[in-house]
Amino acid sequence: MEKPFRRRDLLGIRDITAAEINGILDTAENFREVNAREIKKVPTLRGKTVINLFFESSTRTRTSFELAAKRLSADAVNISVSSSSLSKGETLVDTALNLDAMDPDCIVVRHGSAGVPHQLAKVSRAAIINAGDGANEHPTQALLDAMTIREHKKTIKGLKVAIVGDILHSRVARSNIHLLTKLGATVTVAGPGTLVPKDFAHLVANGLEVCSGVEEAIDGADVVMILRIQRERQDSAYFPTLREYAIHFGLTNERLDLAKRDAIVLHPGPMNRGIEIASEVADSSRSLILDQVKYGVAVRMAVLYLATGGNMASG
Amino acid sequence: MADELNLVEKSRIMDSARMKRALSRLASEIVEENQGAENLYIVGIRRRGVPLAERIVDKIGELEGKPPLFGIIDITLYRDDLSTVGANPIVNRTELDADIEDKIIVLVDDVLYTGRTIRAALDQLMDFGRPKKVQLAVLIDRGREHRELPIQADFVGKTVPTKQSEIIKVMLKEYDDLEAVGIFEKPSD
Repeated sequence: MEKPFRRRDLLGIRDITAAEINGILDTAENFREVNAREIKKVPTLRGKTVINLFFESSTRTRTSFELAAKRLSADAVNISVSSSSLSKGETLVDTALNLDAMDPDCIVVRHGSAGVPHQLAKVSRAAIINAGDGANEHPTQALLDAMTIREHKKTIKGLKVAIVGDILHSRVARSNIHLLTKLGATVTVAGPGTLVPKDFAHLVANGLEVCSGVEEAIDGADVVMILRIQRERQDSAYFPTLREYAIHFGLTNERLDLAKRDAIVLHPGPMNRGIEIASEVADSSRSLILDQVKYGVAVRMAVLYLATGGNMASG
Repeated sequence: MADELNLVEKSRIMDSARMKRALSRLASEIVEENQGAENLYIVGIRRRGVPLAERIVDKIGELEGKPPLFGIIDITLYRDDLSTVGANPIVNRTELDADIEDKIIVLVDDVLYTGRTIRAALDQLMDFGRPKKVQLAVLIDRGREHRELPIQADFVGKTVPTKQSEIIKVMLKEYDDLEAVGIFEKPSD
C-alpha cells in the first residue's frame, strides 16, 4: 500500500526513511516523463506560490527549483538576500514572518548556516524545503544523485560508492552519506587529511568507511562522486596549492581505472576542470554530470508536489 | 479507489462472460463508427481503463487484422480536486509514445460517473497535441443524472442507474481475484 509523505517539510535526509526516499524517486520518474514532453507543463500546482529564498548565491539550484515550480504551473518567486540586507538588522524569524504574510505554499531556502530551514519550519506555515544549510544537508542533491545512480545501476543496495574531496565542508557529502547508507550501499570517503574528519565514521550507523587515500576509496567502486574543491578554502591552508590537490586527489582516467569497469562518475557542479576532475573524465561517457542536472528538475518537481499535498508513487 | 473501503456487494451486474461479450461489441462498434482502424489510437485511463483498453486493442486486431495504436494516461496531475481529496491516488506513468496529432483517440475507462475524470483526460490530451477526434468508450455508464459536466460516452457496455450511496466496481484479473461488475453499497457513517 502507498506510504503517504505526510511531512510538510524536507529538511534533511537524516529525517526520512528509506521507503520515503524510494517513494520520492518513484514520483520523480513520472515528472521525468513530463519534462520530456513538447509542452512541459502540468496544472497540478496551479495557483500555488513557491518562494526561493536564497541567502547564498546559486544559479544552478535556484534555476532548477524555479523550473520545477513553473512546470507544475506554480508561481515561482526568487529572493536573493544579500548579506547587506541582513546587516540592516532584520532577524531570520522576522524575514520568515514577513514572507508568510504573503501566503506562500512552499519556501525553498538556502543559507550559509546549518539549521536555518529547521528554524523557518517552526515559524512558517509554508512547507519548507532545504536547498542547502551550511555544511549540514542538501537533501534534493542527494535525491537527484540517487536517481541518477538508480537509472544506471537499477538499485542502490549493495553498491560501493566513493565520495572524494572536501568532505568536511560538504553538505552534499553528508546528505549522500545518509541516503546511500539508508538504502544499503557502502560508502567510502577520502580526501586531504585536513578535509576528512576522522571521527566521521561515528556519525553514521553502518556502511561508511573513511579511507586513508583516494586510491583505496575508489578501488572497486560502482560510483565515484567527486566533490567540488572550494577555492576559498585554499587561503585557509587546508592544502598547499590547487595543483597539489589535482596531483594527489584529482580524478584522472588512471585513478578511475581502479573502480569497476562500468563505474559511473558524479559531480554536484560546478566543476573545476583539471583540479578535482580531469577534463578527460568529465567529458567521458562514464560521467553522468549532465544527467544529474536533468534528474534534478524532476526530483525537485516531485518534492514540491509532495510537500504541497500530493501522494507518492508506488514504483 | 474502492479497494480501501469496506464495501458490501449488493448485486452482480456482469459476470466474466458478459464482460467479454460487451468488450467484443465495443470493439466492433468502435471500428464500425470509425470505418476501420486507420488512425485509431486506443488510450486507457489508469488504472482500470488500461486492461479494458488492452482487450479492446486485441479484439480490434482480430477484426481488422492489425491492432490499433495503444497508449496509457494517468490523470492524477490534472485532477481538479487534488487539494481536497484525502487519500490521493498515487501518480503513475503516462505512456503516449505515438504522436496523437491527427489521430482518432478512443479513451477507455471502466465507469463513467461525474465526468470529471474524462475532463481531466481531455485537458491532458490537449497538452500532447491536436487529435483529429476524441471518443469515449466505457464499460459502465452510471447514467446522465450523475454527470457534473457535459460529458457523454460514445460507446457503452451497459448503462446502470445507481444511487449516490452506491459504487460500481469493475473487477479485473489484473487487479482483483475475479472478473465481474458489481454494485456495492458504501458503509453508512
